Amino acid sequence: MGGTMTVARRELAAYFSTPVAYVFIVIFLVMSGALTFTLGGFFARSTADLQPFFAFVPWLFLLLVPAITMRLWAEERRLGTIELLLTLPIAQWQAVLGKFLAAWAFCAIALALTFPLVLTVNVLGDPDNGVIAAGYLGCLMVAGSYLAIGAAISALTKNQVIAFVLSVAVCFLFAAAGSPVVTEFLSRNLPVMAEVARGISVTDRLAAFSRGVISLRDVIFFASFIGVWLFANAIAVDLRKAD
Amino acid sequence: MDAAHIEIDRLTKRFGAFTAVDDVSFTVRAGEVLGFLGPNGAGKSTTMKMLAGFVTPSAGTARIMGEDVVDRPVAAKRHLGFLPEGAPTYPEMTVQGFLGFTARARGYRGSEAGDRVHDAMRMTSLEEVRLQPIETLSKGFKRRVGLAQALLHDPPVLVLDEPTDGLDPNQKHEVRNLIARMAPSKAMIISTHILEEVGAVCTRAIVIARGRVIADATPAELAARGPDLDTVFRELTREAA
Ligand SMILES: Nc1ncnc2c1ncn2[C@@H]1O[C@H](COP(=O)(O)OP(=O)(O)OP(=O)(O)O)[C@@H](O)[C@H]1O
Ligand SMILES: [Mg+2]
Repeated sequence: MGGTMTVARRELAAYFSTPVAYVFIVIFLVMSGALTFTLGGFFARSTADLQPFFAFVPWLFLLLVPAITMRLWAEERRLGTIELLLTLPIAQWQAVLGKFLAAWAFCAIALALTFPLVLTVNVLGDPDNGVIAAGYLGCLMVAGSYLAIGAAISALTKNQVIAFVLSVAVCFLFAAAGSPVVTEFLSRNLPVMAEVARGISVTDRLAAFSRGVISLRDVIFFASFIGVWLFANAIAVDLRKAD
Repeated sequence: MDAAHIEIDRLTKRFGAFTAVDDVSFTVRAGEVLGFLGPNGAGKSTTMKMLAGFVTPSAGTARIMGEDVVDRPVAAKRHLGFLPEGAPTYPEMTVQGFLGFTARARGYRGSEAGDRVHDAMRMTSLEEVRLQPIETLSKGFKRRVGLAQALLHDPPVLVLDEPTDGLDPNQKHEVRNLIARMAPSKAMIISTHILEEVGAVCTRAIVIARGRVIADATPAELAARGPDLDTVFRELTREAA
């Protein structure tokens, strides 16, 4: 575990040594706030909860998370530091996990900084803070899922633009799979696939979290989803590290 | 029981149809400083990357202190100090921060990690720039940071890919002295294009060309094959081409 945490610490510090981290956080906060208060009809709804916020977060992450992960491995390969990292006495999976955990911690920090929203609903009304906590947990799971996808794709290509575009596309697949447009279309034409689509949708599961329902099935889904993509990440690193 | 610190055992690397390293075998014992010579593209860096467990061999393997780099990579890497070609480092980190990271990755904690970092900086004369971000350093200083990282844990095996490239004459001299001081207890492989360096620090020289070993002798023996080492090197590598 020591190697994993050493890598994670270095990575997290690296985020904050460039303006990218601050730009990311500011954009996330401004966008999530703006969307919640305008499109989400935060005040008009006259219920004290964060439903509109939790509805927008997966779509915001869809663009912002690939922006974090695109450099994850691509940058190491461009600088040649991957050769240094992978010749230190740490296992390759520790490097993979360490990088992922750092990116996840970074997303957690960005999410934590939305706390004024929580304060606002508490001032304005009497929300169920347990439900809100569950919603945040769901957001973290979605961030982890997108991060795991983006990290694996970043290990496949040296080109950060390609990594970004591909990651957005793949994340979009898992975000949109549960949307009514897709499932209705499928249940009319391909009923078997409709179930599958709903099954792999991360937004569907986040919706359950944001209603305060934390089911073991959903937690297991996210954990295995992240696990599978991290495994793919490790394989991609192994195949592509020296190219 | 083989006492060699480094064993390279029929190492081969193919990139598609191209064979970069072709069935290379040799061993290096403690006290030996092996100069690894060869023209550009000969396969020196590729061989070193396989030995360091970074590039997976197409065939053959290597052992460091008896640990197989393919089967037991982490155990093998513990005994290894490796300076990759071009001395890559994280540009945004300070010298001390970067060396602290490699110390922690090698399992040192607290004051021991601090001591290791300071010793490594002292050996490579980096103390006065220790709080400077690496990207603001000159090329020679960057190379020394890479060297410091390789020496930090006092490993029994050192693999240095062009360690004196980009250093000024004083620093070249310093690094050669450093290598000579460490030589008795370690097995070292040093690749270089500076042939005079071979005579100055190496106890043995291997010349490779097109991925094959074409000479393995002491620097004096090699030099005796012609008017000087440069001419011998040119003759040898022209024959192979
Ligand atoms: N990832 C790769 N894919 C394809 N070919 C490669 C790859 N890495 C190295 N090669 C080729 O393998 C050969 C050996 O390269 P290597 O870097 O080992 O040479 P070298 O002896 O270190 O040369 P130099 O003195 O220039 O550093 C070269 O022809 C190089 O183009
Ligand atoms: Mg080379």
